[in-house]
Amino acid sequence: MKVRDLTELAARNLREAVLRNTLTTLGIGVGIASLVAMLSLGVGLQRLAAQRLERSGLFNAIFVRPNSNFRRFGGPPNPAPPEKSPPLDLKARQTMARLANVLQVYPQIRFLTEIRYAGNSYPTAVAGIPESDRASGAFDGMEGRFFSSPTADEAILQIGFAQRLARQPATLIGKQMTVRYAKREPLTAAESKKGSVNEGSSPSGAAAGFSIVLQETHLQIVGIVKTDPEGFGGFGEGQLLVPLDVAEALHATQVTDLRQVLQGASPQPTYAALTVRVTSPTQVPDVEATIKKMGFSTFSLLDTTRNLRLFFTVFDLLLGIFGGLALVVATLGIVNTLVMAILERRREIGVLKALGAADRDIRQLFFWEAGVMGLLGGVFGTGLGWAIGRALTFGTDIYLRRRDLPAVSVSFVPWWLALGAVVFAVGVSLLAGIYPATRAARLDPVEALRYE
Amino acid sequence: MMGAISTASDGFAIRAERVSRHFQMGETLIRAVDEVTLSIRKGEFVGLLGSSGSGKSTLLNLMAGLDRPTSGTMIAEGRNLAEMNSRELARYRNQTAGIVFQAFNLLPRMTLEENVELPLRLAEVDRGERAGRVREALERVHLGKRSAHRPGELSGGEQQRAAIARALVNRPTILFADEPTGNLDSATGEEILNLLREINQTLATTIVLVTHEQPLAERFAGRIAFMKDGKLAAA
Repeated sequence: MKVRDLTELAARNLREAVLRNTLTTLGIGVGIASLVAMLSLGVGLQRLAAQRLERSGLFNAIFVRPNSNFRRFGGPPNPAPPEKSPPLDLKARQTMARLANVLQVYPQIRFLTEIRYAGNSYPTAVAGIPESDRASGAFDGMEGRFFSSPTADEAILQIGFAQRLARQPATLIGKQMTVRYAKREPLTAAESKKGSVNEGSSPSGAAAGFSIVLQETHLQIVGIVKTDPEGFGGFGEGQLLVPLDVAEALHATQVTDLRQVLQGASPQPTYAALTVRVTSPTQVPDVEATIKKMGFSTFSLLDTTRNLRLFFTVFDLLLGIFGGLALVVATLGIVNTLVMAILERRREIGVLKALGAADRDIRQLFFWEAGVMGLLGGVFGTGLGWAIGRALTFGTDIYLRRRDLPAVSVSFVPWWLALGAVVFAVGVSLLAGIYPATRAARLDPVEALRYE
Repeated sequence: MMGAISTASDGFAIRAERVSRHFQMGETLIRAVDEVTLSIRKGEFVGLLGSSGSGKSTLLNLMAGLDRPTSGTMIAEGRNLAEMNSRELARYRNQTAGIVFQAFNLLPRMTLEENVELPLRLAEVDRGERAGRVREALERVHLGKRSAHRPGELSGGEQQRAAIARALVNRPTILFADEPTGNLDSATGEEILNLLREINQTLATTIVLVTHEQPLAERFAGRIAFMKDGKLAAA
């Protein structure tokens, strides 16, 4: 029989037992819907995690420190001390910035400060924030806004700190505050020679010191952020966030400065750590290897992401198994419907055979009916699964909003999942149709015609 | 491959040679058709008579390719049906044989037109050609104006005529009718047999009529064959 004739006859047969076939198709639909909803949840959460991590810049970042800094606190000393590391100074920073596929190299700037606001003093920690953090997700849902420019004399407060400044933190936005900090100033040649000023000189007598001067600057509060400064994606305990360029220009004394003096290193300021941002996560290993060759210690999150992907693969598998169970029930429904149809249509099969239908025609007819039910069930189920996913997202949105958290999409149906679900539904239905179709094809026409 | 030609088909529509069909029912062997030899010439109208259980319907099923003989050869239009595979038999039933049943066996949810079109669908006849062939077949049985009706809306006689149209639509050379008047009153039954005789005369279609109504068979069939206990009593 031609495909069009098969389709017409199959459609007619499906219409004739409309209730039973609709229920079977709904069964397939529900099975596929549960599968799609489960997997869309897996895909959505994976996508959400990947987006968050990608936006955080952790995927395409390499953290660089001088070799000697990697001794663990409280841990045993390195059995074989690494080769003497070159200083992580401006020169090293510029060299790294010139490497291929490097977008940006910036230091981690953290220093202690005292804030003067409304006649009171508040000790706190300042963190320099690079412009690239604007889209990192850490500032989603903040009150106020991000810095107007990388050099603006503006500050964003962490909510905990803002609450110390005012009962209603929102009222702080737009206000000016005074920041007092210890500025690092290089020694003049004469001071250095005397070796008596402030933080001394190197044992060898080489100039390796600086003086500390109390300085003040004024910043305008432009935003309040809720991200936990000590949590993942936080600001390294910084509660007062300023543009990185502004923080650098202040030349504030950092903890590492003291270590530098004690080690008698170069008189040039060095960095405790640098963050090297590359064009894409795939470039991380190459750039990381080059920096290691320069004599620095590096760390990136590539291994962590590999583990994350493994986790989501297992997660998807488990969700797929739960969704698949519903589909197994639906498959049994197809087999049952088609076997019942054989009993009901025994005489019709006999008539078709008497008129010249070959076994193959009967088999194809039953297959076609199973396939059409699978197709309709697959399309319906995919739509229903998508709707369930949307409902989950909607519910999650309400829940998150009640807790003042930004909305996220927990479920996502990519095109391959939609297409795969429909193909899968048709495939499973055809598989379920094998037994009934073969049984129908083998019916003896004389027996079938005798059946009342 | 179609069944091999084992005997020259000169002038014969069907040649059954020592054909048997046995059924095993528990420990009992039932010889429904037992060593029957029968020849039917092309264009003949043969009445196959016998009482209930005589084996006449089983013999018709064997001749129509609905069943296979246990032994013997059944040559139809020069081909041995006993040697055909199920696909070849299906093609024989579709192209060479037309079958009419006592219970009409029209599909109740299809219109007459759709019922008559079924053999054409199975034969993969072009759609453009089908409508004309269906109309022609329905007009031949005087049902041209009832083509859009479903079987349930027709009388028994009309349903049997529709079944004859369906059997004729693929222009078979042999028409097998198994008790076609069994569910009809005598006047309608006569009408149906008149129609079969008309088809036999105008289209030269060989007709094998199975019936237990001897007077009717004697009036319409050109030759009568009697079956008794699975054997051919007289032909």
